Amino acid sequence: MELTGAQILWQSLKDEGVDTVFGYPGGAVIDFYDALVQYDINHILVRHEQGAVHAADGFARASGKVGVCMVTSGPGATNTVTGIATAYMDSIPMVVITGQVPTSLIGNDAFQEVDIVGITRPCTKHNYLVKDITKLERIIKEAFYIARSGRPGPVLIDIPKDVTNSRTLYQAIQGVHMESYNPTYHPNTKQLAKVVNLIKEAKKPIIFTGGGVVLSKGSEALTKLAQRTNIPVTGSLMGLGSYPGTDEKLWLGMLGMHGTYRANMAISDADLILAIGVRFDDRVTGKTDEFASKATIVHVDIDPTSIHKNVTVDVPVVGDCRLTLEALNQLLDDEDPAVIGPERTEWLAQIKKWKDTNPLGYNQKDCETIKPQYVIEKLFELTKGDAIISTEVGQNQMWAAQYYHFAKPNQWLTSGGLGTMGYGFPAAIGAQMAFPDKVVVDVAGDGSIQMNIQEMATAVQNKLPVKIVILNNQYLGMVRQWQELFYKKNYSQTDMTHAPDFVKLAEAYGAAGFRATKPDEVEEVLKKGLATPGPVIMEFMVSREECVYPMVPAGAPITNMLLV
Amino acid sequence: MNGDKSILSILVDNEPGVLSRITGLFSGRGYNIESLSVAETMEPGISRITMITRGDKHIVEQIKKQLNKLINVIKVLDFTDQRHVLRELALIKVHARAESRAEVLRIVDIFRCKIVDSGPDHYTLEVAADEDKLSALLNMLQPMGIKEIARTGSIALVREMH
Repeated sequence: MELTGAQILWQSLKDEGVDTVFGYPGGAVIDFYDALVQYDINHILVRHEQGAVHAADGFARASGKVGVCMVTSGPGATNTVTGIATAYMDSIPMVVITGQVPTSLIGNDAFQEVDIVGITRPCTKHNYLVKDITKLERIIKEAFYIARSGRPGPVLIDIPKDVTNSRTLYQAIQGVHMESYNPTYHPNTKQLAKVVNLIKEAKKPIIFTGGGVVLSKGSEALTKLAQRTNIPVTGSLMGLGSYPGTDEKLWLGMLGMHGTYRANMAISDADLILAIGVRFDDRVTGKTDEFASKATIVHVDIDPTSIHKNVTVDVPVVGDCRLTLEALNQLLDDEDPAVIGPERTEWLAQIKKWKDTNPLGYNQKDCETIKPQYVIEKLFELTKGDAIISTEVGQNQMWAAQYYHFAKPNQWLTSGGLGTMGYGFPAAIGAQMAFPDKVVVDVAGDGSIQMNIQEMATAVQNKLPVKIVILNNQYLGMVRQWQELFYKKNYSQTDMTHAPDFVKLAEAYGAAGFRATKPDEVEEVLKKGLATPGPVIMEFMVSREECVYPMVPAGAPITNMLLV
Repeated sequence: MNGDKSILSILVDNEPGVLSRITGLFSGRGYNIESLSVAETMEPGISRITMITRGDKHIVEQIKKQLNKLINVIKVLDFTDQRHVLRELALIKVHARAESRAEVLRIVDIFRCKIVDSGPDHYTLEVAADEDKLSALLNMLQPMGIKEIARTGSIALVREMH
């Protein structure tokens, strides 16, 4: 069957099971948009290309599928870079399609021409410039295969306009094999046997879970492993939800710079760390020389470059997290339950002691202004912990991580690696597209929300009932916190007092807006906001100088915590 | 430039942009390339990159793993600790006036170079050698006055065991 390049693209997307694309048209992709009407695919028109990429990212994180977005050449393409880098750092499967000027004009500084393949080389898992229409279908197949396999990541396909509107045979290619790309899924069995022995011998073991467990759909196997071995679990920011955050007995909370006291102390005192699908980011390890110095470290990761990159590992296991955890569970089936899962009375009692001495906490009772932590806790209560939560970046993100307890994977969408302000709202739009009936809430700060606020129009136009909780402290809160603690309160350029009236802004976009200024209004505003159909902004005027605690100063050992 | 020298031989898809993926990886991650040479292998579609890089064991391990991670990289071979032959080709244009012509020719003879061009006051020498020999040659020629040099960077293959 002979089709145009534009038709081949849509047909190939359908072959890959794509039903939703986020995008923004322009001259170089006009043929794609022209052909779109012939295909049964939802297209969400965003208001800025950055919004399209984050939305595709949020869609991918919530659904576990590949997120897809389409933009035009030149500025359309460059506007995606932040979103691509965000997805790359967090290993999110995504295909980004960019239009390009016709092949005859490439290199001529043509109108809206940019070398996007060159620009995105360091922040994509792979990228393509399609110079020949006969290669288009295979390239799209490869792109999806690369994006979702191994350690997932964003793949960009740059398609010149003449490739889009010429014709060739569409072949419905099945399957892809690439000689130079063969991820290792199955772990080495000898290494696994070592891990089993270490579990049997350990007195103070701890599991450290990360985004890889979520991405590989390994949560169930991880939970089984932890509970049968009685090993407490901590997680990286990206690992939240991979183990039930509601398990009082074994869940320690997040690790690292804003991790819990018990998690940081426990990992520093542990004799065995089972690190699964984590990459030992500096926000987790603090000073690496002093990180987990008493422990034997087992590190499971599908990406060999993650192993030994930041910390020295004793037992490296290259493999898919889910398959590795399942294989471990199988090996443990042959072991004596009393040996692999003893009560661990002393170890768990020690952890409880740490928890009791320095629990997460804040004092709303004696405070006349709203505490941001209180808003998150109420949000958790009212949504019964069942909402999909996306966040912006900064204090709002850390409070959401600390006070919304994620029981399941894929309900926590946050820019962990790149730390992208403006991520949360478009990501929430993407997640809401994947799950129209779920409650999706973007937890935002007054600074971050202004970075992609234009997507209000996208939410309203598509009747996406995304809820936005703005914790408004009229500051760039996290930078202000650093200035307070480490820069002698020199609040240079972090005052954000001049901001739009967010309630009116919501209304201007055709959405609803509510505001709480006193603690006793918090619950009412949340209830009203969650019950109101369509997109809603809920603005909470919170204590201006509230800080995120605990905190480990950057580069310090993680036991060196500022507690309040 | 700390650490030992490593000789990597990297088989890659012969596609536009592959070299910049590799050099971009090095510049982006702060690794060091000492020399680099690329050409097609016997198999069409596959090129061999010979790279000399420097770093401690940990960094070289990361370099190899990061290279392997690139989609267009088929294989990364480390020749450093294997018996190998390594050559670099150099063209050296050296001053050769009447009083020093004989000396240059003597050196050419000792080092088994070839003279590929000559003029009233210069010779251009071609030499294929490993780095030690090349630097010894350059030392010898220095007093004569070297006008220009072009070097290819090293290429290497593992020695077959008989």
